[in-house]
This record gives sequence, structure tokens and C-alpha cells, in this order.
Amino acid sequence: MIELNNVSKSFILHNQGGAVIPVMQNATLCLKPGECVGLTGVSGAGKSTLMRVIYGNYLAASGSVVVGGVDVAKAEPREILALRRETLGYVSQFLRVVPRVPTLDVVAEPLLAVGTPVGQARDKAASLLAQLNIQERLWGLSPTTFSGGEQQRVNIARGFAYDYPAMLLDEPTASLDAQNRATVLGLIETAKARGAAIIGIFHDESARAQVCDRFVDVSAFSPKAAA
Amino acid sequence: MSDYSFAYLDEQTKRMIRRAILKGLAVPGYQVPFASREMPMPYGWGTGGVQVSAATLTPDDTLKVIDQGADDTTNAVSIRKFFEKTAGVDTTEKTAEASVIQTRHRIPEAELTEDQILVYQVPIPEPLRFLEPRESETRKMHALEEYGLMHVKLYEDISQHGAIATAYAYPVKVEGRYVMDPSPIPKFDNPKMEMAAIQLFGAGREQRIYALPPYTQVVSLDFEDYPFEASKADHPCDLCGAEDSYLDEVILDDAGSRMFVCSDTDYCRSRREAGHSGRLGEEAV
Amino acid sequence: MTPLLQVKNIKKLYGARIGCTDVTFDLYPGEVMGIVGESGSGKSTLLNSLAGHLAPDCGEVIFDTRANGPVDTVTMSEPERRMLARTDWAFVHQHARDGLRMSVSAGGNIGERLMAVGDRHYGSIRERAADWLGRVEISENRIDDRPSAFSGGMQQRLQIARNLVTGPRLVFMDEPTGGLDVSVQARLLDLLRGLVREMGLSAIIVTHDLAVVRLLADRLMVMKDGRVVETGLTDQVLDDPQHSYTQLLVSSVLQV
Repeated sequence: MIELNNVSKSFILHNQGGAVIPVMQNATLCLKPGECVGLTGVSGAGKSTLMRVIYGNYLAASGSVVVGGVDVAKAEPREILALRRETLGYVSQFLRVVPRVPTLDVVAEPLLAVGTPVGQARDKAASLLAQLNIQERLWGLSPTTFSGGEQQRVNIARGFAYDYPAMLLDEPTASLDAQNRATVLGLIETAKARGAAIIGIFHDESARAQVCDRFVDVSAFSPKAAA
Repeated sequence: MSDYSFAYLDEQTKRMIRRAILKGLAVPGYQVPFASREMPMPYGWGTGGVQVSAATLTPDDTLKVIDQGADDTTNAVSIRKFFEKTAGVDTTEKTAEASVIQTRHRIPEAELTEDQILVYQVPIPEPLRFLEPRESETRKMHALEEYGLMHVKLYEDISQHGAIATAYAYPVKVEGRYVMDPSPIPKFDNPKMEMAAIQLFGAGREQRIYALPPYTQVVSLDFEDYPFEASKADHPCDLCGAEDSYLDEVILDDAGSRMFVCSDTDYCRSRREAGHSGRLGEEAV
Repeated sequence: MTPLLQVKNIKKLYGARIGCTDVTFDLYPGEVMGIVGESGSGKSTLLNSLAGHLAPDCGEVIFDTRANGPVDTVTMSEPERRMLARTDWAFVHQHARDGLRMSVSAGGNIGERLMAVGDRHYGSIRERAADWLGRVEISENRIDDRPSAFSGGMQQRLQIARNLVTGPRLVFMDEPTGGLDVSVQARLLDLLRGLVREMGLSAIIVTHDLAVVRLLADRLMVMKDGRVVETGLTDQVLDDPQHSYTQLLVSSVLQV
């Protein structure tokens, strides 16, 4: 489902004397459907960078990043957008939304984007929001004014609204209380059970142990280790 | 008489105007530019119509001149006198006897025939002008038949007044092609434009001539749900009793009493001569 | 899938000076592309060359027409191009007064394109005008007011309604949120996003506001001195810019 081959990534800072900062080298990784891999490594080792490379947010310098048959490193923007719409979900640590859009619509959007009828999409969104304990009176408001924890739960609801065959989860359980944490882990297990390939970053060790089938230490991909 | 060129204009100028007229007849509704001359009368007094008449008249013609339907107003009298003096042609007030009729703002009530020519005086020949001030753009719009804007004007009329309030100079489409300004005739006259006579339009200040050959299709623009209506005051003529003619409203005294009379003086007179009479028929004559 | 628009080697010179040059890209149905760059980078020249407002010195702008498939709009006849401009294309100007008839009511402004393509039923024209006023969040009772009585944001929304009423497939926008208050901008952006998805519009948006393209555009083209220096997925170009100019542009944005 997700297959990385010898991926490297470096940043070239043209406006700071052309400094080249290599951040990743020879990253190789393969995930089957239904598998969940936890990324480990110290802070700054490149866990988020790897995720962003897979999502197409960062441009890989070399190698291939094949998700659902599309090589993200070389694909056209519209191919990556189609991939993100239909195949690859991403729950980031931060919610980025258009101001004014009500929470319910924010969560329903991924479903609407693949052509789900509005009523059905809203129902699914409502049930996810309820599961994640977002009070119903907030659904009609824009999440931009919500607390950090609420925003994160809205973000998770949005990420799980559509059943992506592949998912990237960046700290989905951070700063959640026990009950919501359990709900999120439940969502992840359900996704695995229906065959989703998941790459996650979990700082919470027990959560990690509960959902991950194996671990990949990204320090192995850092240029220093290779040198 | 011999002191003037026939009909005031020199032969080369008349030839130039005739070419413009022929081109106008060949492309009905299309505004043909022409080199309008200074005439011995101010712009707005019919310099365009006079030049077209001058180029159209022959010594055998009989000329009638009307202003708002009347033969006896200053403008009509001056132009008639002008051609009596410079062309020596016969003049008449009777519609049926005229071979060339120059008009300002009316079409005679009597049906015109194939051997007559009706010459209109036109102040602003461009029907799109009030909506699009750029000549370069209006020419392009005519060339490309982009006439949506014309309906915007009618739309605005309905949205503001509940009906198409344009009562004169009501735009028409000629032979399904050019949108044309019919000069400021009342919209009551619009249906008469599909006639047997040749119609020529002259705008002196704007230097344009356009024309309608006999029996040309002339359709007044409208909306399906607000169709064109040729309206007139809902009265009979107070002098001749005619129910089918376009009427002028005349205030009679400071008490506000008024009468409605035919704007076409020849039509009204000939009806009264034939014995018809209206509300004020006897005493007012 | 056939691209809706294929742009090939567009070049526009102003005398010896380059307006834009060597611009080539494909735009697919439903795609929204942002063009960013500083003033004078050639982005508006490019937009006007694509939309037929300027004649490019060389290159092709091939549009997938409904009737005849892909046709080069640079070489097509003017009547055809103007017909396209009032049916399948739309152009939203930065200044609403460039795109509106200020002396014609809001309803007349929206109705003009309908009447231009032959709609002759006052009632239905008015109904559609009212419907579009609602869609751009202008109260229906303003239908007979002139745009000169509207605020800047309302004028801009009216301009959008006027452009979209004929259901175009490609919208050109030149700084659509320029000169508007931030709160008004947000509302307009939200509205545009909704319309783009609802109507499946393709759009090319010229702006110097990176926040606008992040919200609206799927992909981005960065221009400098009349040339394209970088293209790609919007978030990739903004988060991982490759070209030195893009890096400068992105790093120059003030953080809120």
C-alpha cells in the first residue's frame, strides 16, 4: 500500500548562502494493507518530515514514494490531490480550516469531496463528533475559536470521516484525556480491521503498543547514521 | 433659383450622400458614416434629414415636411421654405400627394406607398450609446451582434417602472440582424415601419445615414412576458373623432382643461373635410 | 482526461521589455491554479493574455470547448472568443467597477450575460438574478439598487454573481480579494471555495497574497521577471519551496 525506496530529502536554503541541509537518506519502508507502523526516534530525527514526504507536502530529492500505485515524488499535482482525496488521509497536529465554516461541514468535507450525498456525509460527521465528545451546540460554529483539545478532536474526526485505504497520523492521541484517547485508538483499530495501512507517530507508549504492529526508527534514515 | 446648386448641396456632395444611402439600403439598419456638411441651420434642426432630402430630391418631386406630425411648426415651415428656395420643387401638406416626406419624430397616419420616400431626422443614431459610451465598442457590438446590453436597458425599465417605460426612440431589430434606433418617433409608430415606402435616416451632427428598403422586417425588442405594445393616449381625437391616430395633449387654459388632437395635422384635416367630427369638433376649428 | 486549458509557450512583449515568456501548463477540469509573484512579475499580463484581453506575441491557449473540443483561442475569430468570454469563461477583476456596470441595477448586472445569450423572459431573468444574489449573500431586496450604493465587499460578490450566472467552466480572477478588509476577504474566500466545488469550476487566480492561494488553489505557479520559476502542489510549494525566489517570498510573509 505504501512503499518507500531509497528516499532522500534535503533542504537548500538559497537565501542563506545556499546552505544544504540533508535531513533524510535511503529511507526504505513497506506497508501492507491492515498494517500499522509506528515511527520512533528522538525529537528532530525526521518523523514528521518523513510523513510530509509521503503526503507530498515535502518534495523528495530522490527515490520513490509509491502510495496506492502513485509515485508521490514524481506525480502531477492533480494526481497527488486525487490520491489525497481518495486514498491517503493525513491527521496533522494542527487544524487548518477556512474561517467561518461550521465544524460539522469541516468534518464532512472529505466525504463531500468524494461525492458522498450531503445528508449522509453530515450524518457520518455528526456521529464522529459525538463519539469524540464535541458538544452538539458547537457543531454549527467554526472550530477556529475552539480550545486546542477540541480542535484536535475535530481534526481527528475529519481525518476519519472518509475510509482512506492509507493513513498518516501525527500524534493523534497527544493531550487527549483517557476517554477520548480510547475512542481514537478504537477508530485506529477499526481502520486497521477494514484494511487501512497506517503510519503513526505516537509519543504515548501504551497507545503505541496497543495499535502498532511494528516500529521503524527513523534515526536509521538520518544522514549522519548513513555516513 | 439659379444662384444655388439644386437643393443647396453641390453635386459631389450629393453623390457622396447617395452612395451612403445606397449602402444603407443594401445593409438595412447598418449605420453608414458620411461626411456631413455644414448646413445653414443649427445642429438639432434636422441637418441630417435635410442633407438626405437634398440628395434624394429631383426637380419633379413634391416635398412634404412635418415636425411632430404637423406641417405648420417652425421647423417644418423653415425646411419646406428652404427647399422651395434652393430646389424650386413643389411642396404640399397632403401626405398622399408627396413623393418625398421629411419628418421629425413621427410617421404619417396615412399608409405610405411604394413611390414615396420617408426621410427621418435623427439626433442620436446609436441605440447602444446610453449604455456604452465608447464608439469603438458599440461598433464592435454591432459587428458581432452582441445586443444583450439593449435588453439590459429594457430590464432596467421594467424593474424601475413595472413596465417598459421607453415611449419613444424604442429600439428595433432589422431583418433579424442590426439593432437600430428608429429616431425619436413614439413607439406607437414602430409597427408602421414595415411599410411600402423607402425609409432613410440622417444624423447630421453624428454623421451617420441608415436606411430601410420597402417591406423590411422591423421588430421592436421586448421580453416574452413583457411584450411590446404600441401605446397611445386612450382618447379619440377631440377634433376629428379618430380613434386610431396618435394624439397630442393640449392644455387649453389655466384651469387645466385639455384636449387631445391628432398629431398628424394633415390626417386630422382630411378627416374633418370628410365630415368626421370629435368632441370639440365645430367650435375649435 | 482532456485538459480544460492547455497553455503552450505563451509570450507577451511590451516593446523590448518582457511581459511574460515561456509559460506552459495544463489545467484540468475542477483544478484551481494560483499564480503568485510580486508586482511586475508578469502574472497579470499572463492572465490577460490567457483571457483574451491581450494578444500574446506567440504561443497557444487551447480551450476544450463544449461544441468542438480543444480549440486555440488565440487564433479563433473574435466573435467566437467573445462568445466564449460571456458563456464558458468568466473574469473577476480586482476592482469591481472594472467588472460591473455601475449605472445598472444589481439585477441588471447579473442578468446581462443571460440576456446576451438570448434569455428573453424578464421573470426568469429576475428570478435567477435574485437566486444569485442569495448565493453571494446579498439581500434580495437590494436587487434594484445600483452597485455604487454597495460596499466594496458586496460589489466584489456582485461581480462574482454576474460572472457565474451563465455557469462558466473557467474563471480568471485578478486579485479577487485585493483591497478588501480581512474579515470581508475571509467571507469572499469561503464563498469562492464553496462555488468552485459546487459548480466544479476551474480557476486561475492571480494574487500576491499567499494565504489566499493556500486556501483556494490546488496548485501554484510562482513568477518572477515574466518567467515561471516554480510550480507544484500549493502546500508543497509553500512549505518546501525549491527556488530561491519562492523561498524569499515565503519567508517574507509576516506570521500572524
